Amino acid sequence: MHGFANPARFLRLARWLTMPCLVAGVVIAAAALWWGLLRAPADALQGDSVRILYLHVPAAWLGMWGWGAIAAASFAELVWRHPLAAIAARAAAVPGAFYTVLCLASGSLWGRPAWGAWWVWDGRLTSMLVLLFLYFAYMALADAAGRDGDGNSRLAAIFGLVGAVNIPIIHYSVIWWNSLHQPPSISMGKSAMASDFLYPLLVSVLGFTLIFAGVVLARMRAILADSQAEARLRRKAMSEDAG
Amino acid sequence: MSIGGIKPKHQRLVLVVIALVALIGAGLLAAWALRNQASYFYLPAEMAAKPPEQGRAVRLGGMVETGSIKTEADGVTIHFIVGDGKARIPVSFRGIVPDLFKEGSGAVAEGRIGPDGTFVADNLLAKHDERYVPREMKDMTAQQARATVAETQ
Repeated sequence: MHGFANPARFLRLARWLTMPCLVAGVVIAAAALWWGLLRAPADALQGDSVRILYLHVPAAWLGMWGWGAIAAASFAELVWRHPLAAIAARAAAVPGAFYTVLCLASGSLWGRPAWGAWWVWDGRLTSMLVLLFLYFAYMALADAAGRDGDGNSRLAAIFGLVGAVNIPIIHYSVIWWNSLHQPPSISMGKSAMASDFLYPLLVSVLGFTLIFAGVVLARMRAILADSQAEARLRRKAMSEDAG
Repeated sequence: MSIGGIKPKHQRLVLVVIALVALIGAGLLAAWALRNQASYFYLPAEMAAKPPEQGRAVRLGGMVETGSIKTEADGVTIHFIVGDGKARIPVSFRGIVPDLFKEGSGAVAEGRIGPDGTFVADNLLAKHDERYVPREMKDMTAQQARATVAETQ
């Protein structure tokens, strides 16, 4: 891992990986949505409204994995002082928050036909909304730390770790508490979902994950370029002062 | 700076891991303590064991008993029984029911318990389970069932 502590080496790899991730992600996600929305069968109980799951489930998983990435990067920053960890955590926040919004919006559109309500305050929906607010707070904190220079990003890293407590709560909310949202269909090696639904869903998750990875790499490059440009400006200002 | 010759890196690792374990433990304990308050609805058994005060708005959730839905002459008032295998609670509701509200399926009723023990709902939500089955496959098994019946006749 410390092989990539050198930003120049990381940038060479990131520059090479960003476009393939984004292109493959968009192609695979589009193919999965075509499969799910037009080719996969309708559900016996819910009919065609079940097709929202090909967007809703990847968005929900990636909204949670996004915070998982923030927590892992924050851990690496606090323990090993890895120079790229803070940048990786900041880069994961925006796509993570975007997927969380996508999950909440698509879930609301699904809830109306399936349950008869756009929104209910049950454990799953409420903890997912809390995740979105945590993302907003994290972005504000990390941006403020980024503006102050790199000394302060430890506060954002601690917040990233503390916020990770919400992730198991989201997962277990439908198991611990009575909720309107149904329990998970897919758990380790088991699926209560017929394979006609499962395969397009897994392809969709792969596509949206590649998009997520591509956006994180692109944002890391942008944040690195930003800080380099800033450092160059600072050096220039200092040499002008001296001269 | 190191205590007892431990590298600062390892010291931080131990501290962060201890903090994380404590944090997750605290979070899980809090969630566990919330398990009654954070539930979205009462199960019929809970409501039968400890009935809420009359007139207090609560939610009741369970399975709609098969064969229990009865529609009144006005066409919009329905009566049905919500059960969980341990208790059965009669519910009345006036209004349009969600598409997925069916016998043998889950439902959540928002309302209050009436003087005669009937739960008077002013809103009704349908709850589906985690299983997803294609419509074609369901038809196919029905056809197969018919074919099997035809063969044995």
